[in-house]
Amino acid sequence: MLRFFILVLLSITSAYAAFDTYEFKDKDKELRFHELSADMRCPKCQNQNLADSNAAIATDLKQKIYLMLEADKSDTEIVDYMVARYGDFVLYEPRFNAQNAVLWLGPGALLLLGLIVVIWLTRSRNNKNAENTEQVPELDAKQEKALQQLLNKDKKS
Amino acid sequence: MPRLLLFIPLALFISLSFFLWKGLSIDPRELPSALIDKPFPEFQVAALLQPERMLSKADFIGKPVLVNVWATWCPSCRQEHEQLLRIAQDNKINIIGLNYKDERAAATNWLRQLGNPYAFNIYDEAGMLGLDLGVYGAPETYLLDAQGVVRHRHVGVVTAQTWAKLQVMIQKLGVNQ
Amino acid sequence: MIPELGEFALILALGFSFILAVIPLYGAATLNTLWMDYAKPLARAQFTFLLISFICLGYAFANDDFSVQYVANHSNSQLPIEFKLSAIWGGHEGSLLLWAFILSGWTLAVSLFSRGLPLDMLARVLGVMGIIATGFISFLLWTSSPFERYLPRFPADGADLNPLLQDFGLIVHPPMLYMGYVGFSVAFAFAIAALLSGRLDAAWARWSRPWTNVAWAFLGAGITLGSWWAYYELGWGGWWFWDPVENASLMPWLVGTALIHSLAVTEKRGVFKSWTLLLAIFAFSLSLLGTFLVRSGVLTSVHAFASDPERGFFILVLLLLTIGGSLTLYAFKAPNVKSESSFGWLSREMLLLINNVFLVVMAITVLLGTLYPLLIDALGSGKISVGPPYFNALFVPIMSLLALSMGISGAARWRQTSVAGLKKQLLVPAIISLVVGIIFPFIYGDGFNFRVFLGMTISTWVIATTAKEFKDKFRNANSITAKLSQLTPSYYGMMLAHVGVAVVAIGITLVSTYSEERDMRMAPGDKIELADYQFEFKGAKKVKGANFTADEGTIEVTLEGEPVVTLYPQKRHYTVKRSMMTEASIDAGLFRDLYLAMGEPLGDDGAWAIRVHYKPYVRWLWLGGLFMALGGILTVFDKRYRKKSTGEVAHA
Repeated sequence: MLRFFILVLLSITSAYAAFDTYEFKDKDKELRFHELSADMRCPKCQNQNLADSNAAIATDLKQKIYLMLEADKSDTEIVDYMVARYGDFVLYEPRFNAQNAVLWLGPGALLLLGLIVVIWLTRSRNNKNAENTEQVPELDAKQEKALQQLLNKDKKS
Repeated sequence: MPRLLLFIPLALFISLSFFLWKGLSIDPRELPSALIDKPFPEFQVAALLQPERMLSKADFIGKPVLVNVWATWCPSCRQEHEQLLRIAQDNKINIIGLNYKDERAAATNWLRQLGNPYAFNIYDEAGMLGLDLGVYGAPETYLLDAQGVVRHRHVGVVTAQTWAKLQVMIQKLGVNQ
Repeated sequence: MIPELGEFALILALGFSFILAVIPLYGAATLNTLWMDYAKPLARAQFTFLLISFICLGYAFANDDFSVQYVANHSNSQLPIEFKLSAIWGGHEGSLLLWAFILSGWTLAVSLFSRGLPLDMLARVLGVMGIIATGFISFLLWTSSPFERYLPRFPADGADLNPLLQDFGLIVHPPMLYMGYVGFSVAFAFAIAALLSGRLDAAWARWSRPWTNVAWAFLGAGITLGSWWAYYELGWGGWWFWDPVENASLMPWLVGTALIHSLAVTEKRGVFKSWTLLLAIFAFSLSLLGTFLVRSGVLTSVHAFASDPERGFFILVLLLLTIGGSLTLYAFKAPNVKSESSFGWLSREMLLLINNVFLVVMAITVLLGTLYPLLIDALGSGKISVGPPYFNALFVPIMSLLALSMGISGAARWRQTSVAGLKKQLLVPAIISLVVGIIFPFIYGDGFNFRVFLGMTISTWVIATTAKEFKDKFRNANSITAKLSQLTPSYYGMMLAHVGVAVVAIGITLVSTYSEERDMRMAPGDKIELADYQFEFKGAKKVKGANFTADEGTIEVTLEGEPVVTLYPQKRHYTVKRSMMTEASIDAGLFRDLYLAMGEPLGDDGAWAIRVHYKPYVRWLWLGGLFMALGGILTVFDKRYRKKSTGEVAHA
């Protein structure tokens, strides 16, 4: 237990910003490098992307991305390379497939559902109110008199 | 009917709690190997103790084998070394060492001082084979079948319990041969 | 001796919470005035003993009592005193004590400031808060006591506080955040009390509102502080990472925003009661869920406390009892709620309801994204990650729709409004917004940019519609000053908070589009240029701090030849923990930040890896957050909350 505790502590305390300086001649490649290293997860760290992590494995993966970019590989090729070795875990943008359908489509579906429910509820409440106002019964003479008596009694007390 | 709808939040919460409860027994930091049931990557890397000898996959295909990723800078590797020696003595399965991002001199000394449980060691100085394998931190131990297909990965120190589990898996492989 | 007193005080506090949880509620159910009257003194007693416990822990830290495990693990004799005291909440056990202490504070406040509340209502509200306190103090005593000792042999000195936490941020961020998290328990308690009593008229909304607004403001301030702290502390210039712990604070805030608006409608119009009750339960449930996520080890996060599943299980049981219990109560009692008025399909009520839907969907999106990896893993389908690309992709569109709707709601009238009326009100703001949205990227950037167009249009839309609504208030006014003082603090608060939303949106849009950064190898004398600024590295030297040594770099910044500032980033080495930390040097400005950090030393010529960031409008993020929090606080200064008391609390 204590060992686990220390291990965790040690891993958080070494969260200093170490960054390697990669020299890119191509501005476009530099941008792609920043994006790729920001959107990929360090396999070992506690939820950090490659860009902000100083773990050895993160440095190695960034180096590999740099080399692949210089070798004119496409973004898809680089991503596929990493996923083949580390699994989908290493992607911060979950793939759009059957497994993740709920994740990507859920919020939109929920939004539509919510709006429909709101509109339907308001409509039905309006209709109900319209019905109610029509159905207020008229009081006949006897009931009218009883009502007046009750009101007078109230006024006295 | 609308009354039943009011129970939806409760129902959703209970299903969520079920997943949270299951989550308590999962370690979110444990990462299964992406190479399970896939062939061990091809490589051409020098051996640790015989720098002139080039090793490749052909050197261990033929029977089930354990590949142990280790380094002198890894304190846990020190911890599991005794257990590895015991496994080597058992002689049930060969252990191939993958010396990961290490210094040849330090690694050679280490084996000389502490004993060598490995049939041979792959000297992966740059860590490129490790990357192809999906290694993210030493120590890691891979179980390969006779065709060189990765069947299991254990991350962390190999203990007596780990060895017991591995033995069961090795037996199953033997049965399927 | 003192730590034992602290533990004993905690036990006494538990006793009082338990009695508070039982007696007044039973008294309210049986209309027993004597038993209901116990609620207030019990709240006082609970607070007193938690205060004593808290002070005892503080005493242990201040006196370097390393026989106490928690102090030994989080403190050190060389630690500056302000951090020794803030270390009280630097770890799991102590922060939980802070949680319980703040809960008792809110309970005391409710007992002191509730003159207009009927006794049975007050008894129920305090009783529910007592139930929650019982749960948390039990959790503390059972699994997470900060007073455990290392006896007979204890360390001569402590393990020191994590260097990342040795900062002003630690002093303010957690307390603010907890004030918010825990504050939602008041809204929750009021909702439960309303359901229990069957007293479901709009009065409970009126009583609830000031408490909820203040809790919401504190939570917003806490989140803002957290973002600001992460920005300057972590060394990579980021301000939001969609990390599970960050999300755990954002979700209750989003639902809390829906709640404060829903409460307003329920108070004013007597509608939405059922929905508002559910939101109050939902908001606090998310607070509790956040506590679970952060302390159970179920999710990986840089912020998470080192906790184990055993504690997680205890919290899960707490969740089941509290949330499960309240949702069951809701399902049974909510049908008794009746609306007090009606509204047309195009009305302010309707639009606010739609805004609620947006906010709740945003909260559920964050929840879904945060928990999805866990869901997939629990189903045995492997490990995936959900990060910023997902959240940004879904959050931004819904946020934009919400901002659009915000402007329209402000112009709509209660009960019924006409399309023609809306068109007349909103035409000018719409034109202004589109114009600003289109020209801004041309003037500020180098050409059209859709993201900037979208962001600037909706931000201007929110400001313009708010301004128009404000201006229209003076249409029939005889004197401007008279009208200004006639408008309530609530109204000013609302305007300020809405403008805050726009300010945050502008900050996010501009900093994410126009930021520039470069990581360069710089030797002494090297110059680089970024965003029209020139940075010259003058070299690094060794400096010494209270409990660290550092390499300090000197970088001179000039703009078109004129010196702007000299920045001194540090690479610190903390002696006790033997860990390294980057201390970035920032030149802060309202319209841009210059952010410098040092990486590693490279080579023998004194060269270093230097990271240079240009961050335009980043301060607007936190300025907007501040506006929102201030807006929330302003609302409690309304005269109606400061009416003279009409006597004692009305007895049943």
